[in-house]
Amino acid sequence: MLGLTHYLVVAALLFALGLFAVVTRRNSVTILMGVELMLNAANINLVAFNKYAAPAAMQGQVFALIVITLAACEAAVGLALVLAAYRTLETVYVDEINIMKW
Amino acid sequence: MTGEAIVFYLLAAVTLGSGVMVVTSSNIVHAAAALVPAFLGVTGLYILLNAEFVAGIQVLIYAGAITVLILFAIMLTEGGTGLGTRQRNEQAAVGTAVAAAMAALLIAVAVRTGWAPPPAGAVLPSYTPGAIGQSFLRQNILVFEGTSIVLLVSLMGAILIARRED
Amino acid sequence: MHWGWEVLRAIVGTVIIFSGVAVIAAMFGVLLERKISAWMQSRLGPKHVGPQGLLQTVADTIKLLQKENIVPSRADRLIFASAVVIVPLAALLDYVVIPFGTTRWGPLIFRDLNIGVLYFAATSSLVVIGILMAGWGSNNKYALLGGLRSAAQLVTYEVPIGVVLVTVALMAGSLSTVTIVNGQAGAHHLWYVLQQPVAFVIFLIAATAEVNRVPFDLVEAESELVAGYFSEYSGMRFALFQLGEYGEMFAMAAMAVTLFLGGWLGFSFLPAVLWFVIKLYAVIFVFMWVRWTYPRFRIDQMLNFSWKVLIPVSVLNLVVTAFFVIVR
Repeated sequence: MLGLTHYLVVAALLFALGLFAVVTRRNSVTILMGVELMLNAANINLVAFNKYAAPAAMQGQVFALIVITLAACEAAVGLALVLAAYRTLETVYVDEINIMKW
Repeated sequence: MTGEAIVFYLLAAVTLGSGVMVVTSSNIVHAAAALVPAFLGVTGLYILLNAEFVAGIQVLIYAGAITVLILFAIMLTEGGTGLGTRQRNEQAAVGTAVAAAMAALLIAVAVRTGWAPPPAGAVLPSYTPGAIGQSFLRQNILVFEGTSIVLLVSLMGAILIARRED
Repeated sequence: MHWGWEVLRAIVGTVIIFSGVAVIAAMFGVLLERKISAWMQSRLGPKHVGPQGLLQTVADTIKLLQKENIVPSRADRLIFASAVVIVPLAALLDYVVIPFGTTRWGPLIFRDLNIGVLYFAATSSLVVIGILMAGWGSNNKYALLGGLRSAAQLVTYEVPIGVVLVTVALMAGSLSTVTIVNGQAGAHHLWYVLQQPVAFVIFLIAATAEVNRVPFDLVEAESELVAGYFSEYSGMRFALFQLGEYGEMFAMAAMAVTLFLGGWLGFSFLPAVLWFVIKLYAVIFVFMWVRWTYPRFRIDQMLNFSWKVLIPVSVLNLVVTAFFVIVR
């Protein structure tokens, strides 16, 4: 019998995977992929709460749509930044992008 | 085991399995290709949650556009040729601990809280695209207009940032 | 209903759609293309295999089946193989929401989703991933270039298709394909091609670009990039790519018939399914006629055309349509 908890557990595990990618990986595009996984986990939470806790309104689904749109914007700008950084600094690995003095 | 539960476990396995491949693969193109089953698994979860419009938009935008964007970024930077370099930085142990702690915390909260069941007799409204559109133009019009401005600004910003300076 | 019956219906429907598309779209479509091109070029097409050359594609398929399956030595095997699955899969998934006719029990459609045209746009956008993976996995500079150019072209031409789909859905009041066809029925409703001629033309142009056909086939023309993103594929994998391309073309034509030409509607002396098939082949004939008439565009001309002409015109059409729908 499926309940709200099942979906929340799946979303929590997906969020943890995304967090692991953001903290651990060197390539900036992989970090952006981790961010996308985290946003998907948040969306699953929103839609699951919509169905199980507040089915009369559709705020959860509306917010999930807004989050998908904003994730697309953020991915576009983020990858434009990665391309611009690659053009200037010749690298995409975040631990090599270190032009500060100390 | 009802059919819904079988489909749920299958979709959760597909999503989490490809998620693991995304975050641990040392070949970045494999990682980007594994994003597609992850997003399609999430689409299936949305359909189980009676959110068909969100599922359609998820396939169209995430699997159809964001994955293509990520693949383009990989192919236009050196990610594809530097396949021999190590992909994990020195924080691997700390990162694993942090992610595991976060997962444990969230799962503990989710399992231990007694979520109130939905009010009895509440009939599920049909989440048709028409109803979602009406709600965008009535209760949620502010966030709708704000999101369209964010889309315009990010479109201009992405073009300006990534443009070749000649 | 027990969920086992739904699974069985899904499996049977998948087999029917796959074999239907494989036979009618891929085999018959290739033969039709060769015969029509021959007729337009004042020559005879294939004539020897079978009566009037009808079994030519069967012979070609058997030839392709027995060819060696070559994988380039340093290609990424996983990505090389999975690209072959994604492109035909996305093309076949399009057929779920197309209504082929009407029967005593309701419309002859696999599943009348209430997000019908959105689902169609979504599955058409899955082809791009397969193309990028095919271009990358071949370990070939020309395949990679062809894959990147084709992906850019497909992503660009998805936008006019999306706007035109929204325009027609706006006129019908729903995203479901059956509702859109029913909105063209009756004595006081015209087919949408008469109410929205600009949208029809834009849809046909963008659909031609979506399936990589002339005049937009720079990415897979033999004189340009050998075969573009599928240069390194041989044997059955090549046949599956062709299945995907022709299947997608037939799906786009079927959607044009559903959205603009009234689907299965027609005078009652012919069954509804036959009307659908007649209109479908009329649109396919237009696609093939355009192919053998026009030269091809350069990639920058193609992309400029979409961004600077098709998208503004389709958005303007949408605004004007919305104005009239509200005012009336």
